Amino acid sequence: MKWSRRHVLETNDWSRDEIEAVLETAGAMVEILKRPVRKAPPLRGKTVILFFAESSTRTRVSFELAAKALSADVTTITASGSSVEKGETLYDTVRTLQALGGDIVVMRHASSGAPYFVAERTDAAVINAGDGWHAHPTQGLLDAYTLRGSLGDLHGKRIVIVGDVLHSRVARSDINTLTPLGATVTLSGPPTLIPSAWRDGALPPCVTYEPDLDRALDSADAAIALRLQKERQEGGLLPSLREYTRVWGVTEKRVALMRPNAPVMHPGPMNEGIEIDASVAHGSRSLVEAQVTNGVAVRMALLYLLTGTPSLDAA
Amino acid sequence: MTERTQREARKAYESQGLLVTRGFIDLHAHLREPGFEDSETIATGARAALRGGFTTICAMPNTEPVIDTPGLVAELIARGRDAGAARVLPIAAITRGRKGRELADLVELAQAGAVAFSDDGAPVDDARLFRHALEYARAKDLLVIEHPQDLSLSGKGVMNEGPTSATLGRPGMPNAAEESAVARAISISSAAGARVHLTHLSTAGAIAMVRDAKARGIRVTCDVTPHHLALTEEWVAGDRRFAWENSGNVPLHARGASGSSAARAGVPFDSNTKMNPPLRSLRDVRALWAGLADGTVDAIATDHAPHASVRKDVEFDQAAFGISGLETALPLILGGVRAGWCDRETAFRALTDGPARVLGIAQHEDDWIAIDESAAWTVTAGDLITLGKNTPLLGREVRGRVVAAAVGGRVRYELGTLAVA
Repeated sequence: MKWSRRHVLETNDWSRDEIEAVLETAGAMVEILKRPVRKAPPLRGKTVILFFAESSTRTRVSFELAAKALSADVTTITASGSSVEKGETLYDTVRTLQALGGDIVVMRHASSGAPYFVAERTDAAVINAGDGWHAHPTQGLLDAYTLRGSLGDLHGKRIVIVGDVLHSRVARSDINTLTPLGATVTLSGPPTLIPSAWRDGALPPCVTYEPDLDRALDSADAAIALRLQKERQEGGLLPSLREYTRVWGVTEKRVALMRPNAPVMHPGPMNEGIEIDASVAHGSRSLVEAQVTNGVAVRMALLYLLTGTPSLDAA
Repeated sequence: MTERTQREARKAYESQGLLVTRGFIDLHAHLREPGFEDSETIATGARAALRGGFTTICAMPNTEPVIDTPGLVAELIARGRDAGAARVLPIAAITRGRKGRELADLVELAQAGAVAFSDDGAPVDDARLFRHALEYARAKDLLVIEHPQDLSLSGKGVMNEGPTSATLGRPGMPNAAEESAVARAISISSAAGARVHLTHLSTAGAIAMVRDAKARGIRVTCDVTPHHLALTEEWVAGDRRFAWENSGNVPLHARGASGSSAARAGVPFDSNTKMNPPLRSLRDVRALWAGLADGTVDAIATDHAPHASVRKDVEFDQAAFGISGLETALPLILGGVRAGWCDRETAFRALTDGPARVLGIAQHEDDWIAIDESAAWTVTAGDLITLGKNTPLLGREVRGRVVAAAVGGRVRYELGTLAVA
């Protein structure tokens, strides 16, 4: 298995083989999670620091469970209550993290590129758990893993990503993970919420933009709805949430336009009734819960690969 | 050195095969003093200027306090003289405190020695006040320098709006934010019958508008910076190819990339690539060169914007805008000249006659520099004279350097040393 990354900062420059290696390892981790005692020893003696400078519950807990399932020691630094809120600079925080001597730093930050800043200045391996609008590589990988479980080989499959692509690190990481696996991506959403270069035709390879959601969904193989931040309306980007739901909401009627049994995903947390109908979110096509479960396995796989693939069985 | 006569010194450099030419004039430099002496001082900036071949530099007034009174102008002139390096000419604010509300005492400031007026960095947002500034400046044919930017359109942008900002997930500043301000300035200048100088133009559309305005007889002049001539928006994503090395079709992050492009790779989100106006597309860069070649662009100005590391060694979003420019201008310009994008004489005129004409000043015959056009050197923080080590060129080998610079007939800079003034 060829995997020699020192950090997981984004998947933009990953080869197909590297993505495959992570998905394959995640498969082995799913097996561990099915054991009666959901614990394996490979990260025993290793310290994982969860540095969350932007609030998150789901991703943080997922990483915590992943690290603990591999027997790592886990400690958490969050924005609230830490010196980050008192105006400590990221540079100071990095020096502190370095002095604490963690083996792996899992970080979330509101500023795009902050994980690069940290990775440049510490000996620890850095995993990006979401930076600004830029990247959320573990979400991209878990979405790829989940879609594979439902659709099999993604080659030639067409995935629709609908919503606020402009501000979405999930959309960017999904594109960077799904297209190397052979899938094509159709973006849909209001023109004000699509990066202008992409809206105007300078799209990444294997990606298109279709403002009309009905047309985008027509015979698609899967759909991913993105979370809509309610303040977009105040920024003049949208007339109203009601209109958004009418035009770009993922409804039962629209889901029927896709291929039979085509699955629907959402990175969470969902605004049910805005970007996705509750009946779709909890319906038979929804993979939302599988995404959460697979998220733990994918994060275990990355922690494991970053520590040099120690033995999975008790010594 | 000091006992040699000027003529002997010039001859000595010429006999070494060096190009001896008129000293460069920079219309746009930030010297940070008073108020931000951790980023630059008048003395360090004026010395860095000589090393870059600039024997005259114009200091922007966005200091603390803002240069908006005759006393401050006089003080700046005195400190510049005391530095004993490049000549320092003060630019004063257009509006009191650069607040964009009321005009500064433009005539008195000019009488005290201000060579131009600019609220650089904080464009005069109120179109009516801007009109009055241009009209009032006619009293003494004063020079108003506008930083063209529509602040509401550029919004919270931290880089160019384009394919790179789309990929990196950063708010962008569209070309339209500059172009709508250029259109406004041209139309007000035309209506007021007053001249205006537009600084650091960065887009193809802005150059086209100035070209058209000049053809219609409107009194508009403009400058571009060396970094906008040499670097493109892809630098923010870690690309380190100069514009003339960029064919425009090499993918940014070629999957599994290796070889020459990888060797040129930097780290994405390096705050040293953050500046305002932002680095633009290759198409824009080519338009700037075309404007330089056909005379639309009057001057090359550095927009030297040194920053202490505390304002740059932070997240990209939080970092200050600006790049240190005085000492690297020459090799960046020569790069495009070598690529055949403009001939050397024209480019050098934009560093000498062009800015002198914009300022309405005579060039000093005994301000001269000696250049080794082919000398290769590596840009390092320790080697730069400026206190602002903020340049993405650190570690990069460039070609072309100033070997000596004389002001008023005295050699004040020689490669490796600063002659005692």
